[in-house]
Amino acid sequence: MTLLQDTLLVALILTSFGMLVSGRLGAYIRMGALQGVMIGLLPLVVGRATPTLHVVFVAAAMIGLKGLVFPYLLFRALRESDTKREMNPFVGHVPSVFFGILALLGSFWMDARLGFPIHSSAALVIPVAFTTIMIGLFLIVTRRTALSQVIGFLVLENGIYAFGLAIVYEVPILLELGVLMDVFVAVFVMGIAIYHINREFDHIDIDRLNTLRG
Amino acid sequence: MNTFFVSLLPVLLGLVLAPLLLGVIHRTKAVFAGRHGSPLLQAYSDLAKLLRKGAVYSRTTTWVFRAAPVIGLASVVSVMVLLPITGNSAPLSFVGDLIVFIYVLGLMRFFTVVAALDTGSSFEGMGASREVHFSALAEPAIVVGLVALASATGFLSLSGIFSAMSPTTWVVAGPALALVLAALFIVFLAENSRIPIDDPNTHLELTMIHEVMILDYSGPDLALVLYAAALKLWVLGALIVNVALSPLGLNGIRGVGLFVAGMLVLAVIVGCVESMMARSSFLKVPRLLVTAIALSGIAFMLIVRFTA
Repeated sequence: MTLLQDTLLVALILTSFGMLVSGRLGAYIRMGALQGVMIGLLPLVVGRATPTLHVVFVAAAMIGLKGLVFPYLLFRALRESDTKREMNPFVGHVPSVFFGILALLGSFWMDARLGFPIHSSAALVIPVAFTTIMIGLFLIVTRRTALSQVIGFLVLENGIYAFGLAIVYEVPILLELGVLMDVFVAVFVMGIAIYHINREFDHIDIDRLNTLRG
Repeated sequence: MNTFFVSLLPVLLGLVLAPLLLGVIHRTKAVFAGRHGSPLLQAYSDLAKLLRKGAVYSRTTTWVFRAAPVIGLASVVSVMVLLPITGNSAPLSFVGDLIVFIYVLGLMRFFTVVAALDTGSSFEGMGASREVHFSALAEPAIVVGLVALASATGFLSLSGIFSAMSPTTWVVAGPALALVLAALFIVFLAENSRIPIDDPNTHLELTMIHEVMILDYSGPDLALVLYAAALKLWVLGALIVNVALSPLGLNGIRGVGLFVAGMLVLAVIVGCVESMMARSSFLKVPRLLVTAIALSGIAFMLIVRFTA
C-alpha cells in the first residue's frame, strides 16, 4: 500500500512542477485535471486498508468534479478567449522550477520541525501538501492570465485538502460536500468572470486590467 | 589470463558494440519513416573509411586542435573502466569514483569546446557557447541523480551502487528511482546531442551544437571524434540500463546478455523519441534540462527523508 501511495504522491508533485515549467494554458488545465483525479484517489490509499462507503462516495464526487467538470468549464473559457499561452510570466519558467525545488525542500524541513501527530504511513502526505499549497500560491502571484490564476487556486485547494486528509482522516460528509460545492461555485463564477473580462477588454491579461481602455 | 579478460569484459564490450547503437537508432528512424535505411554496421564502415584518409588542418589552429580528439577518446575510454555491467563489477572501482566519472567526461567536453574555439570560426564559437550553456544545466541533474543513487544504496562507487541494488530497492524507493531514471534519460539525450536538444543529422550551422564544433575535423581526427561520441552514447546509456536492470540480480554471462539487450532496447527507444518529437527551440531546451534537475532533486529529497 505504501508504494502505491508514494507513487501517487510523487505523481502529484510532478503535476505541480509540470505547471511551473509549461507555458501552455491547455497543458495547465490538463495537468490540473490529472492532479484533481489523483487528489480524489488519495483518500482511498492513505491510512486504513479498507475505505468506508462514505470515503468512496466523496472520492467519486471529487474525481467527477475536478477531473471532468472543471476542465470542461475551463476549456470553454479558454476557447472563448483567444489566448493559447502564458506569455512572459512575472517569474520565468526556469526560475519557477527552482522555486518549486526550494518549496519542496522547505516543506520537508517544516514537516520535520513541526512534528505532526500523524501515522507514519502517511508521512509523505504533509510535505507534499505544503509544496502543493506553496506552488498554488506561487502560480496565482506570478502568472499573468486570469485562467492560470484559477488553476493556481485549484492547486492551492488541492494542497489544503491533502493536508486535511493527513491530519483528520474522516471529515463529516456534509462538510466535505460543502467545501466541494464552494470550490465548484468559485470555478463557475471565475469562468464567467474570465468570459466577461475577455469580452470587455479583448484579452485575459490581469496585469493590463488597471489601464483604462482608450 | 582468463580472469584478466573477464574483468576487462565491460570495456571490450563497449569498444566493440558502441557504433552498433548508432546503427540501431538509424534503423529505427528509417522504419518509422518507411525507408529501408542504411546497414546496421554503417558506422563501422564510416570509421574505417575516415581512418584511411588524410587530415587537413587550418593554419589558424594550434596543438590544442590536434590534441582534442585524442584527449576526448582517452577520457571516454578511461571512464568506461569505472563503469560496471549489470551483475559484473567494473575493472576498477574506488570510493568516490562517480565524481571521477562525471568530471573526466567534463574534461572531454572541455577539450571539444576549446578545440572549437581554437579554429577561430565564429560558427564553431557559437556551437561551443551553446554546448557550455546546456551542459552547465545537465551536469547538476546527473550529479544529483548519482548522489541520490549513492544515498539510496549507501555506496560511493558505481560498482558498489549497482551491486547493492536489489528488488527491495525498487520496493522501498521505487518512485525515487523512476525519477532518477527519467532525469538520466534527459541528460543522456542532451549530452549525446540527440533530438529534442540537438539534431545529429542537421548540417545547418545555425541550429546545431555538437556537429558545428567538429566541422573543421577531417580524416582520422574526425574518426576519433565520432568514435568517442559513440562511446559516450554507450557510457551514458549504460548508466541508465544499469539503474533499470541491476535490481534483477542476474550476474555472469546472463547479466552481460541482459545488459546488451537493454542497450539495444534503449537505442530503439531513442530512435522512437527522435521519430516522434521535433527538436525544441533553443529557448526551450533550458526548461527541459531544468526539469531533469527538478526530477533528480525530488528523488534525492525523497531518498534522504525516507530511506536514510
